[in-house]
Amino acid sequence: MRFAVLLGMDLDPTPDDRGGPAQALLDIRDIKRHFPIKGGFFGGTVATVRAVDGVSFTIRKGETLGIVGESGCGKSTTARLLMRLMDPDVGSMIFDGEGVAENTQSGGIALKDYRRQVQMVFQDSYASLNPRLPIEDSIAFAPKVHGLPDREARERARELLAAVGLAPAQFARRYPHELSGGQRQRVNIARALALRPRLVILDEPVSALDKSVEAQVLNLLVDLKESFGLTYAFISHDLNVVQYISDRVLVMYLGKVVEMGPVDAIYDRPAHPYTQALLASRPSMDPGKRRMEPPLTGDPPNPVNPPSGCRFRTRCPFAEDVCAAIEPASADLGAGHQAACHMALPGSGHSKALQVAA
Amino acid sequence: MSALLQQDVPTKLAPAGEPLVRLRDLSVRFVSRDATMHAVNGVDLDLSAGEVLCILGESGSGKSVTMRALMKLLPKSAVVTGEIRVAGNDVQRMSENQLQEFRGSTVAMVFQEPMTALDPVYSVGRQIAETVQRHEGVSRAAGMARALELFELVQIPSAKRRLAAYPHELSGGLRQRAMIAVALACRPKLLLADEPTTALDATVQIQILLLLRKLQEDLGMGVVFVTHDLGVAGEIADRVAVMYAGRVVEEGPVSALMRSPLHPYAKGLLGATVHAGLRGHRLTTIPGAPPSLETLPAACSFAPRCAEAEPACLAAVPAERSPEPGRKARCIHVRVG
Ligand SMILES: Nc1ncnc2c1ncn2[C@@H]1O[C@H](COP(=O)(O)OP(=O)(O)OP(=O)(O)O)[C@@H](O)[C@H]1O
Ligand SMILES: Nc1ncnc2c1ncn2[C@@H]1O[C@H](COP(=O)(O)OP(=O)(O)OP(=O)(O)O)[C@@H](O)[C@H]1O
Ligand code: SF4
Ligand SMILES: [Mg+2]
Ligand SMILES: [Mg+2]
Repeated sequence: MRFAVLLGMDLDPTPDDRGGPAQALLDIRDIKRHFPIKGGFFGGTVATVRAVDGVSFTIRKGETLGIVGESGCGKSTTARLLMRLMDPDVGSMIFDGEGVAENTQSGGIALKDYRRQVQMVFQDSYASLNPRLPIEDSIAFAPKVHGLPDREARERARELLAAVGLAPAQFARRYPHELSGGQRQRVNIARALALRPRLVILDEPVSALDKSVEAQVLNLLVDLKESFGLTYAFISHDLNVVQYISDRVLVMYLGKVVEMGPVDAIYDRPAHPYTQALLASRPSMDPGKRRMEPPLTGDPPNPVNPPSGCRFRTRCPFAEDVCAAIEPASADLGAGHQAACHMALPGSGHSKALQVAA
Repeated sequence: MSALLQQDVPTKLAPAGEPLVRLRDLSVRFVSRDATMHAVNGVDLDLSAGEVLCILGESGSGKSVTMRALMKLLPKSAVVTGEIRVAGNDVQRMSENQLQEFRGSTVAMVFQEPMTALDPVYSVGRQIAETVQRHEGVSRAAGMARALELFELVQIPSAKRRLAAYPHELSGGLRQRAMIAVALACRPKLLLADEPTTALDATVQIQILLLLRKLQEDLGMGVVFVTHDLGVAGEIADRVAVMYAGRVVEEGPVSALMRSPLHPYAKGLLGATVHAGLRGHRLTTIPGAPPSLETLPAACSFAPRCAEAEPACLAAVPAERSPEPGRKARCIHVRVG
C-alpha cells in the first residue's frame, strides 16, 4: 500500500507514488528559458534575456525546498517552468521517474496529468482570485473542469476551507473583497489543493501579509504538508522564513544555481560569496547595531549579457583571473551541499582553492 | 552631495516650533451606498524635520490611508476629518492648484510597486526631467541635468546610460531607486515610503535602506516609512508607531519598542516574527481576526483577541497612557509613569 494513497484517503486518492520514496519527486535537468526582447522598426528580436540559463536540481518527496536569490534572478520564471505555465527552451523535467510532456508510450507523463499534480500559490492573494465568484466557487472551479460533478466539487471546496481554518458556514459564500489578506491567501492555498496535487509551488506566499498572519499561514502550510503528504517549493526574499520552513535551500544568481544544500549547511556554512553576502544583509534586529555599509554593492549585471565565467565575478570580493575565464562547476562539499565557486573547487587555480597535487 | 540639491529652498518651511507633520484626530471613513468603512479613527502623530517614523501594523489597519491623507490623495468616497498640517500647510484646505505644487515639492511618495508609479512608455530620465520642468519651470536641458544628478545621488550605476532606459528594462532594485529619484526630484521636505523594499532581496533591501537613511540625513528630510518588517524598522526608524484598526495603539523610540513593547498587539506582533531559533517549533500567532471596520469600535478594538482583556477594556476606547517620556500606548494595563 502506498503512503500517499493512505494519507489522501479521507478525501480522495492522491495519484500514485510510483517511484517509491527514494525516487526524486521532480528532477530538473539543465533547463533554460530565454525571453526575446522585441524592438526596432520591424519589431524583430533585438536581444535575449537569459532569465533561466541552465538550472538543475531535484525536489525530494515530502521535503520543502526553499528558493532564494536576488530580485530578477529567475525564481518566478523557474516556478512557472516547474508549473509548466511555460515550456523550457531546452532541458528536461522528470516527475517521479517519468519524463514530463514526453512520449507517454515510452514512460512519459502527459502535460495534463502533470499539471493536476503540481499547483501554485502566487504572491498576490487578490489578483489571483476571481472577484465575481464566491470563494467556494473559485475553489470548486478546477475540480469541475477536471470532471468532478458540481455537488462533489462543492463538498471538496468546503472541506478544504475547513482545512485552511475558514469555517465553511461563515466563509463559503463570501467574495474575495470581503476577506482580509491572510484569509484570501488561505483561500488561494485551499484552491491550490483542490486537485489533490503532490507538489505545491509557493511563490512568495506570505510576502504581502503582516507578521501575525504570516505566522498563521506558515503554521497552516506545515500542517497541510503533514496531513496531505505534500512536497513544497517555497520561494521567498525573507531569509528567516526560508530558514524556518525549508529542509533544503537553493540559491540563485542571474539565472543560475550558485549554491544548494541542507538548510543548516547553507545558513551556518555558506560557501558561495553571493550566499554569504545575502545572509550578511539580513537586518540586525537591534537598532543599536545598525549596519553602516551594505555587504554587497553595485547592481546585478544585465541578464541580456551576463559576465563570462562566474556570473558573480563583477561584484565578488574574491574574484581572480580564473573567475572570468572559466565558469565554475558545482563543487561537492559533502552531505548534499554544493557550491559553484572556484574557491570551493580543488585544483581550480583560484588562490583560495585547495591545490591538487600534480 | 550635489550643489543643485543643496540650494536653499524658500517658503516651504514650517513656522518655527511647528513640527513638519502634525496630525490631530485624523479620521477617514469610506462611505458607499451599502456600507461605511471606518478606516482611520482618530490618529495623532507628529514628525520633525530630519526624523524617520516607521508605521507598523496589521494589514488593513489604515497605514496606507493615513499616508495618502497626508498628500490629500484619497478618492472622493473618503470622508476626512481632523487636522492635517504638513510644513505649515493646512492640507485639508488646499486647492487643486496648490496641491499640484505641494505634491512633489513639499511631500513626495515612494510606492510599494514601482511599476505603478512609473509610466511604462517614457524613459525614466524623461519622467524625472518633466517633473522638474513642470514644478520649477526650468528648461528641458536643466531638467535632464537634474535627472542625471538624481540618478547619481541614488547610486544608480552607469547613471547616464540608465536615464534612457524604460522602467521594464530596469531590475527591481534599480526601479526602486529610480522611483526614489523621481520622488526626490523637487527636493521634498517630507518623503512618504509605503513598503518600498518588500519586493526586494536582502542585499538590495539593505542598500535601499542605507541610501534612504543617508539621503534623509544629507537633505534633512522627514520620512514616514510603512513596513511589515520589524527588522526594517530596526535599521531605519527613529520612532515607531503601531497601528491597529485605524488607531495608533503604541508609539515610541524604536529601540525601546523593539526591546519591550507595551501594547498587547505590539507584543503579539513581535512574538509572531519568525527568527532563526524557531525552526521545528510552532509559531506563535495572535488568535482571531481583526475587527470589521463597518462600525466604529467604541472599545479597545484589540480586546476580542487580547489575552489580557478585562471588562474595562470593553467600556471605552482606552486613553493614551505614557509610562515614560516619549512612549505611549492605548492600553489600560500600561502604568502611567
Ligand atoms: N515575459 C518576460 N519577458 C521578458 N523578460 C522577462 C519575462 N519574464 C521575466 N523576464 C525577465 O527575466 C528575468 C527573471 O525574472 P523573474 O521574474 O523570474 O525573477 P525573480 O527571481 O522572480 O525576481 P523577483 O525576486 O523580483 O520576483 C528578469 O530579468 C525579468 O525582467
Ligand atoms: N478606496 C477605498 N474604499 C473603501 N475602503 C478602502 C479604500 N481604501 C482603503 N480602504 C479600506 O480601509 C482600510 C485601511 O486600508 P489601508 O490600505 O490603509 O490598510 P494598510 O494598513 O495599508 O494595510 P496593508 O498592510 O495590507 O497595506 C482597509 O480596511 C481597506 O479595505
Ligand atoms: S568563482 Fe570567483 S568570482 Fe565567482 S564567486 Fe567564486 S571567487 Fe567569486
Ligand atoms: Mg518573482
Ligand atoms: Mg498598505
